Amino acid sequence: MIIILFIRKPVASRSIVETSKSEHYRGERFPVHRNFSEAGSIGGRHSMSTSDGPLIEIRPAGLYCPAGDFYVDPIEAVPYAVISHGHADHARPGHQHYLASSLCAPILKARLGTAIDVQSLAYGEPVLRNGVRLSLHPAGHILGSAQVRIEHAGRVWVVTGDFKQHADPTCLPFEPVRCHGLIMESTFGLPVFRWPAPGQVLNQINQWWAHNRREQQPSLLFAYSLGKAQRILSGIEAIGPIYLHGAVAAVNQVYARAGIVLPAALPVGAKSEPHEFSGALIVAPPIADHSVWTRRFKKAERAYASGWMQIRGNRRRRSLDRGFVLSDHADWDGLLAAVSASQAEEVWVTHGFDSELVRYLNERGCRAKTFTLPYPGETDED
Amino acid sequence: MQAFTDLFTELDKTTGTHRKLAALTAYLRQAPPADAAWAVYFLMGRRPRRAVKSRTLAQWAAEEAEIPGWLFEACYHNVGDLAETIALLLPPSTASTQAPLHIWIEERLLKLAALDEPTQKEIMLSAWQHMDTTQRLVWNKLITGGFRIGVSQRLMTRALASVSGTEPALIAHRLMGEWTPSPDFYHALIARKDSAGAHSRPYPFFLAHPITQPLEILGDPQEWLAEWKWDGIRAQLIKRNAQVFIWSRGEEMVTAAFPELTAAAHFLPDGCVLDGEIVAWRESEPLGFGVLQRRLGRKRADTRIMEAAPVVLMAYDLLEYAGTDIRQKSLEKRRDLLEGIATAVAAHPIRLSPLVPAVNWEALNAAMRDARARGVEGLILKRRCSAYQAGRRRGDWWKWKVDPYRIDAVLIYAQPGHGRRSGLYTDYTFAVWQDGVLVPIAKAYSGLTDEEIRQVDRFVRANTVERYGPVRAVKAELVFELAFEGIQRSTRHKSGIAVRFPRIARWRKDKTPQTADTLETIKQLSD
Repeated sequence: MIIILFIRKPVASRSIVETSKSEHYRGERFPVHRNFSEAGSIGGRHSMSTSDGPLIEIRPAGLYCPAGDFYVDPIEAVPYAVISHGHADHARPGHQHYLASSLCAPILKARLGTAIDVQSLAYGEPVLRNGVRLSLHPAGHILGSAQVRIEHAGRVWVVTGDFKQHADPTCLPFEPVRCHGLIMESTFGLPVFRWPAPGQVLNQINQWWAHNRREQQPSLLFAYSLGKAQRILSGIEAIGPIYLHGAVAAVNQVYARAGIVLPAALPVGAKSEPHEFSGALIVAPPIADHSVWTRRFKKAERAYASGWMQIRGNRRRRSLDRGFVLSDHADWDGLLAAVSASQAEEVWVTHGFDSELVRYLNERGCRAKTFTLPYPGETDED
Repeated sequence: MQAFTDLFTELDKTTGTHRKLAALTAYLRQAPPADAAWAVYFLMGRRPRRAVKSRTLAQWAAEEAEIPGWLFEACYHNVGDLAETIALLLPPSTASTQAPLHIWIEERLLKLAALDEPTQKEIMLSAWQHMDTTQRLVWNKLITGGFRIGVSQRLMTRALASVSGTEPALIAHRLMGEWTPSPDFYHALIARKDSAGAHSRPYPFFLAHPITQPLEILGDPQEWLAEWKWDGIRAQLIKRNAQVFIWSRGEEMVTAAFPELTAAAHFLPDGCVLDGEIVAWRESEPLGFGVLQRRLGRKRADTRIMEAAPVVLMAYDLLEYAGTDIRQKSLEKRRDLLEGIATAVAAHPIRLSPLVPAVNWEALNAAMRDARARGVEGLILKRRCSAYQAGRRRGDWWKWKVDPYRIDAVLIYAQPGHGRRSGLYTDYTFAVWQDGVLVPIAKAYSGLTDEEIRQVDRFVRANTVERYGPVRAVKAELVFELAFEGIQRSTRHKSGIAVRFPRIARWRKDKTPQTADTLETIKQLSD
């Protein structure tokens, strides 16, 4: 009875089945496997059986686990979606049921609406679905970002989602997970992408802001509104007033509720006078550049914090005054380190310089292949 | 080296002319003349003969970075700049050099060319070891050439004038022609008074601005002279001390390539400088740029090539007469003097570029309709009272080009661009139909807005059907209107024709690939 009610009207039925809700969630969809005493621990290759075959298929809707009947970061609307993190190209609207880390779930609700049906999991906490054991592990990309570990019949596959190993005070560090098959991104899969120490980059941002403040100019810093902006804000010095674009301010609230300490900041009001911004730092998403919104910052110095800023041409093309090399993705060394730590027998690579990374891995005796998901084109978000 | 590296970083950081100027003057004020001379030389785009081949540099860098050659290539195609690719790939360094710029150049760089490859390699590796990442980038650029950080000749002239108080025009003139960077040169460059010598030095060229509105905006036709715009190369012919020098607009000395012009200059008076266009010409007709091209890029011309591709200099201005700079005289006066000289060489390959009679604007519009048939590119309009200025200035000289040919073609291949456009797919190959198949017709790199480039870039990434190294073959879907100046038969091109100066006129979002032009219609355009 409860089951039928719930499936028919999941949202309305919630209050009715409040007490048994979690049991129901877990029992019917992603149940906890309470018998696993080593729940969430890294699976060892030796303890696994050797029945072959990938646990994941590539379908038009995205990465699909047939044994568990769920998708990871699907592109089209599906019944069961496991979401690695809250960026728009991974967390799409329209799925019937979402599963995400407990730190990611509030981000999904903030972005996709509170009406979505999200089950949240602590990092390392396993659930079972159709005999498939699934758990989420820190990816170090943004708050709540997770790698998806999938275990079935003695085989382990991991979908990394976006990840990085460089220090970031706003999220838990990347946790290497051993697996048979690794499915990973390659946004920065060329050896020209090697990140400087983040502390050094934050210092550069501090110095830039302090210099502009002495010149009484606004410092307009473009950074992706979910993750990058908070990473910078959490590490920046209190040099002067900070103003936020609405998109950044909205995410800041979610981060604050998760206990991330961010400096006090003001919204850019509709009636703000230009002089208010002289010497201030304004953080805005890259999409706001060259918009009507940015015109109010007279004589602003414009900078962009992104891994793409490693290449001079990318900065010059945007006519930026400064480019800060700060990425939430793994650099070349990081990608190779992730492959190596996983001890995977098979690596699938997508999104970015996949053919280059795959060729490099193949030449080093690692079985790797590229795959393409029908994304509507690549984005330059980061 | 560090001061120059800082200057490079400052120039690279900003797009504003004022900031660039401030950075340049700050550098020139503190730099020793030996360094300043080299800074001027390199920033103005000059470079010594390439000492090490790009391929060799790439190979050494790949070895140092411990990556395979193909991966280096892939990086290069993404970064779009060899010097930068190498700097990014070399293992990180904690060193930093304190040696001045001219020591690195004179003691290392200039000596490289004469050394054998193992010694060259030793020097390069040692240089990289002594430098931090930005110094490596600058050092690599000194070797590969091409700083391209927005320092125009005019900007450099302004900076030098500002630190020395010397007239910008005088500095601009001293920067022309061939010179060797040295403290002596630098002192002479910024000196208030001119020193003797440099009799081969050309004047800065005065360039016409394109006119985009009807001729009527120029006012009274009586105030203007009109000439044909020849399809050749702009050149100055100098005769001083009984010696002849011919300079191209790219400030390349091309005297040896045109012995017939040097011979004809025998009949010119000493102490004169002619400005004009070298055009391939037989009897009474131009032969087209394609023929002239056979004369370019060779050190010397033999009788065979002079027969096959004869040239004339169509002279249209006189900059120096009887050893005196007459650039400040009116065009009318200069033209009078030029006509006087030209009669002396009338039958020779130095000719007076005729005026196009301009009783009224309608007459010129009519002449323009005739331009393509005459084998000229259009008209040049010059104000009768104008002085000969330096660089491209609005107001006194206008160029009016004939409308280009236009076709609709389909995007079939894309490749990442370089410099400012690195990492974006900006270099395109277009095709037209022949017997139901798309055949490549032209490559084009320019003409789209930044936003359109981003859109095409996204299309390319999402619609790649095959990859050949950095080149992506894409789904035949997008149609563009291409404009170009001329059509030539070519055996080197699959389509059998080559088009001159193709560029993208606009994106035809309203057209489907099926409606693009056919090779047959394009061939008919030129007939």
